[in-house]
Amino acid sequence: MIEVKNIRKSFGDNEILKDISITFKRGEINLVIGASGSGKSVLTKCIVGLHEVDSGTIFYDGREFTSMNFKDRKDIRSEIGMLFQGGALFDSLTVEENVRFPLEMYTKQSKEEMLDRVNFCLKRVNLENVNHLYPAEISGGMQKRVGIARAIALNPKYLFCDEPNSGLDPKTGIVIDNLIYDLTKEFDITTICVTHDMNSVMETGENIVFLHQGQKWWEGDKKSILKTDDDVLCDFVYSSRIMKKFKNL
Amino acid sequence: MISALHNIGSYFLLLARVFKKPDNYKLYWRQTVHEMVSLGLGSLGLIAIISLFMGAVVTLQTVSAINSPLIPLYTVGYATRQSFILELAPTVMCLILAGKIGSNISSEIGSMRITEQIDALEIMGINSASYLILPKIIAALFTIPIIIIYSMFLGIVGGWIVGAYSSMLSVSEYVYGIRWDFQLFHVVYALIKTLFFAFVITSVPSYYGYYTRGGALEIGKSSTKSVVYSSITILIINYILTQLLLI
Ligand SMILES: Nc1ncnc2c1ncn2[C@@H]1O[C@H](COP(=O)(O)OP(=O)(O)OP(=O)(O)O)[C@@H](O)[C@H]1O
Ligand SMILES: [Mg+2]
Repeated sequence: MIEVKNIRKSFGDNEILKDISITFKRGEINLVIGASGSGKSVLTKCIVGLHEVDSGTIFYDGREFTSMNFKDRKDIRSEIGMLFQGGALFDSLTVEENVRFPLEMYTKQSKEEMLDRVNFCLKRVNLENVNHLYPAEISGGMQKRVGIARAIALNPKYLFCDEPNSGLDPKTGIVIDNLIYDLTKEFDITTICVTHDMNSVMETGENIVFLHQGQKWWEGDKKSILKTDDDVLCDFVYSSRIMKKFKNL
Repeated sequence: MISALHNIGSYFLLLARVFKKPDNYKLYWRQTVHEMVSLGLGSLGLIAIISLFMGAVVTLQTVSAINSPLIPLYTVGYATRQSFILELAPTVMCLILAGKIGSNISSEIGSMRITEQIDALEIMGINSASYLILPKIIAALFTIPIIIIYSMFLGIVGGWIVGAYSSMLSVSEYVYGIRWDFQLFHVVYALIKTLFFAFVITSVPSYYGYYTRGGALEIGKSSTKSVVYSSITILIINYILTQLLLI
């Protein structure tokens, strides 16, 4: 469980996050949704400490993260897996080396054990026979999946995914959503997923937080999101004409 | 002026992070070996061509400048050797390396920054500054002095070729010249300079790459800046060290 309490973050005069408090539950998919530029990526980066918050506190299962030094954070970070919006694979390393990287950094496993783990993770994301290709040589969707494989290599307790299915066709997108869902259930992970894709909201959304202009505007699950009367949220959920028609049915 | 001071300050803060104790010696070592190969082998061809030609040209110029019978021709070999050992090999070659290696390093690290690869390292709890930059600095401190000695040697060979193929100078005069009044300390002085330059060539571009913000355009800007500022730094350090060591 990750608790975020009253965090604020500005860049210069531009206040991006205005007093946000959220509880992300363990073993569930916690979705953060919102329009482009609403601060979703900044929020996740603040939670993992890539941006320092201006004020507020963050607890990882009761451990206060914001005031920790680099060394103590390292212990928590070894429990975090993160999938970045752009994949962020190391482009000088092959797929196999990318997934092996966290293992080499943190474990004392033998070469064979590492290879087993790498192949297990790659298989889990339906990638086989790409071990020796470089990130530039595989498709965007495959890069995302390698990103997930790398994020789960160390059996994380907390998994952050920034738009895991952006730039993918709807079907592959759903495959990835389901993959994240299964992993979350299987390993009882606290998963935080950023998205602006209504498909994935309906597919896997358990706890949903809607960010609007840097504030937590709405919170609920996928059933209640369809019945909402909130204008701003309606605008987001029923943004396309066809969806509006559905709503009026 | 304020921004210059700001840059210098954050450069040293970054260096403080770079020289923290490594997280994992094995990975760092592997990275260092990799950098040694790419820094060293990657530059040998270019340095060879430049050194041979410059050695030949310096020799030709000196020969043609000496038109008095009072000045013995072996001064030509002496002049070529001195200019190569004291200045052309350490300073000029390092300036060239600052262009070649420097732009390389800053665009490599800069693109890792904008594609969030540095964030990915940080998330894994890795000191990204140290992991990315320290191996480059160490590799440069070992390989660049070797490249510079190699350049001194080839520069002198370039002059020798002129001696062998031109009628103005004989090989024996040239060889007598390059051995005349040889002081080992001059080589030591050149290598001391080189160590400082090697540090600048890798750390300054790393700094500009590491703090790249924005997109592909900014990568290009950082790499230009890194070449400009590392060259200027090399020239200033060159002046200071020469004042301290030779005078
Ligand atoms: N490093 C930064 N420095 C300054 N401003 C930033 C920085 N990162 C983000 N911002 C600003 O914060 C705001 C929110 O950005 P963020 O990346 O969180 O949006 P997002 O909700 O993830 O959008 P998208 O869905 O397009 O990814 C934007 O207006 C952006 O300009
Ligand atoms: Mg984003």
